[in-house]
Amino acid sequence: MRRREIRCLEKVVGLNQQASLTQGENGVFAYYLELAVRSLRRSPGLTALMILAIGFGVAASMTMYSVFRGVSADPIPWKSSQLFVPQIDAWGPGHGENGEPPTALTYIDAMALTRQHRAFRQSSIIAMWRSIAPPHASQDGTLIEARGYAVDSEFFPMLDVPFHYGGGWSADDDAHRAAVVVISDHFNQEMLGGGNNVGKIITIASHDYRIVGIIKYWNPQPEFFALFRFEATELDFFLPVQFAVANNVVSDTYSECKDGRSLRTDFAALLRSDCTWLSYMVELDNPAAVQAYRQYLDAYASEQQQLGRFQWKPNNRLRDVPAFLDYQHVVPSNTKVSLLVAQGLLVVCLLNTVGLLLAKFLRRSGEIAVRRALGASRASIYAQFLTEAGVIGAAGGLLGLLFTAIGVLSVGMVMPARLATLARIDPALLLLTLLLAVAATLFAAVYPTYRAARVPPALQLKAQ
Amino acid sequence: MNVYPILVALRRHKASVLLIVLQIALTLAIVANALFIIGHSIERMRRTSGLDEDGLIFIFQKLPLVSGDDATVIEKIDAMQRADLQAIRNLSNVQDAAATSGFPLLQGDEDGEISLDADRKGKFVHAAYYYGDEHLRETFGARLIAGRDFFASEIGHGHGLPGSPVIIVSKSLADQLCPGGNALGQTVYQDGKPATIVGIVERLKTPSFDDSNWADNSVIEPLRKDVFWTGYVVRARSGRTDQAIRDIRKALFAVNPMRHMPPGAGIHSFSEQRAGMYDEERGVALLMAVICVILLSVTAAGVVGLTSFWVGQRHRQIGVRRALGARKVDILRYFQIEILLIAGGGAVIGALCAVGLNAWLMKHYEMMHLPLFYVAIGVLAMLVLGQVAVLVPARRASNVPPVVATRSV
Repeated sequence: MRRREIRCLEKVVGLNQQASLTQGENGVFAYYLELAVRSLRRSPGLTALMILAIGFGVAASMTMYSVFRGVSADPIPWKSSQLFVPQIDAWGPGHGENGEPPTALTYIDAMALTRQHRAFRQSSIIAMWRSIAPPHASQDGTLIEARGYAVDSEFFPMLDVPFHYGGGWSADDDAHRAAVVVISDHFNQEMLGGGNNVGKIITIASHDYRIVGIIKYWNPQPEFFALFRFEATELDFFLPVQFAVANNVVSDTYSECKDGRSLRTDFAALLRSDCTWLSYMVELDNPAAVQAYRQYLDAYASEQQQLGRFQWKPNNRLRDVPAFLDYQHVVPSNTKVSLLVAQGLLVVCLLNTVGLLLAKFLRRSGEIAVRRALGASRASIYAQFLTEAGVIGAAGGLLGLLFTAIGVLSVGMVMPARLATLARIDPALLLLTLLLAVAATLFAAVYPTYRAARVPPALQLKAQ
Repeated sequence: MNVYPILVALRRHKASVLLIVLQIALTLAIVANALFIIGHSIERMRRTSGLDEDGLIFIFQKLPLVSGDDATVIEKIDAMQRADLQAIRNLSNVQDAAATSGFPLLQGDEDGEISLDADRKGKFVHAAYYYGDEHLRETFGARLIAGRDFFASEIGHGHGLPGSPVIIVSKSLADQLCPGGNALGQTVYQDGKPATIVGIVERLKTPSFDDSNWADNSVIEPLRKDVFWTGYVVRARSGRTDQAIRDIRKALFAVNPMRHMPPGAGIHSFSEQRAGMYDEERGVALLMAVICVILLSVTAAGVVGLTSFWVGQRHRQIGVRRALGARKVDILRYFQIEILLIAGGGAVIGALCAVGLNAWLMKHYEMMHLPLFYVAIGVLAMLVLGQVAVLVPARRASNVPPVVATRSV
């Protein structure tokens, strides 16, 4: 027997006596910890390899997870299950994929929903870009590109839009087609230099609007109320739908038509057509209301069928925001595939760790046999080797934290900015990284430890 | 060397062997699919648009809203487009300019079916439409291989609807429609309206960035499409692209300052815009490459670790073999063949896993069919990786002196 092992043996004898006689659990654990560190230092190469593998595997998974978490986060978690997107089939069978109705509404249907007002709150939503003359004209005469939406008055309370000054406009303003506008904080800064500018007049693409509200920073991603995608730029303004339609403000809007072609110069024809171009959202605050609204949509479509406008049975949908985002495949499939590949990497790293731990533990069959022969139970062998695995896991986790931080910070190199900015490092992510590393390593150590604990005491001694 | 004793020896390490085989299999499955994603991106970045891309500038903008009935709006928009094009063509750094409803690989959303008979009973082919004026083909730099360009008198304007009496088509479309090669002069039908093919260009990609089986089927219609969102394509004089872009911006805003170029639109060189389109794919490819490198390193390190352990464990056996007359090279071979068997086993399972993973990805995500070429690369990579990883431990084993056999533990 080698001298080192004899020394080890002496220690073990001492330990077994001590542990059984005087010291409590803590002492045993401290001793296992010491043993683990000593064992790991005996084979620095193998140890470094395992720690690196765990670190890389965990970091790759957690980096991709942080992107995935950012991208698939609920944009309005406190209310998303009460917000619904109604879809009414204005095209008939054979036009949508899998019999799905179009995702937007025709002007006729949107206005009918608004007029009949069966939801708690509701709004049509039309996306638009507008050129605006900057406060100090730039030299080459270029305009500021501003992005906004035409919405109804209930849009603001429905989505809990936070206001800095003033508020949304009233239902009266909708009805009277008032020229009012709600602007964002940063647009207020850009155009008017900031401050409370409620009541002032602002010109947006040749129409003058009275500012009724200035919203605080509000940039939910993805833009779940209309575009259903991630936008790189913040919103600038909101106008009333009724004013916008009556004054041709949205006459260049994007529309989709049954036969695939829209005549984009003829706004009057678009209003009469079966082309869809208005997003719609309703708030329904209890299951009974949801049920009632479904029935209402079907009744509406039946009525249209009786009137001869639809030649098909009602084919409506009423999905809540999470279901609608899922239906729209808002989370890019690249993100999911990348997460999957990163998790595959973690599995390979774990397999690698299982193999190396197995080699490392079984190499110490002699030591195990001696300890067993001197009366150590299988449980204490388990405890000793799982402690060793735990040390590797913790070290791998610390390395993983570093790699994850580097990964999340450099995710912008491999992903578009609108997605990369959603990946964040927070305490939950860091804690999860550490936990994953330790848990994964302990899991990887289960089989090698099981094998170590089964080393028969006497046989090993004989063989030596 | 006889393989049998190696197999027998491996049976004594079932768990370790199984682990390393699994690790190699999984690595192969992921690496083959990742390499495919990388290869596919590179292939897409190399696609030819059919244009002479150098010096090509494209402009996409929204004209100021105008009011009036449909016919009035169209005339007003057309007048604005003609004024813009005139202003651009007058610039000294510009060679030519044309109106276009789309840009190959970048922008445009008009497509439909071209058929050989009016009621589309017989053969029809899917194609994308470019609406443009008589300058378009020349400005694009698409090579005319048969027939002629449009005459100025043939250019209409108005709603972007197919149905012009004369059209120019891409060779791909001509070949699919008339495999006999008699497309030139042929009457074809677009939405039931007859058109004569007067010219054929060698190649012209559709505006779609995505792959499809009609990605080269394009039709040029002699029509200025009058909508608020308009496109122009400009050919700068050689080496003057940047100056031309600056001049064009100044000239257009001088004609009408109320035009509108939000992000995604504007005035850009074609090559810059095209490169930008691939940012996302390039990012994914880079990510896959990083993951591949980590995977291969981890697996190689795993092989090194495990074989080193085996070498240590068999120290005495090796000594005995050496004492019985085995040469150094025999010991080396032993470990090399051993890892070849293990890596080979892993590669076989891995190849099946790679195909399975691809099938699963195709079912759940937008993924193409994995060509066997990439599986073969993966298999080869695993075999090479095994040999490289085993080299150092195997060398160490072959250096074990025969005298070890005579020593006790």
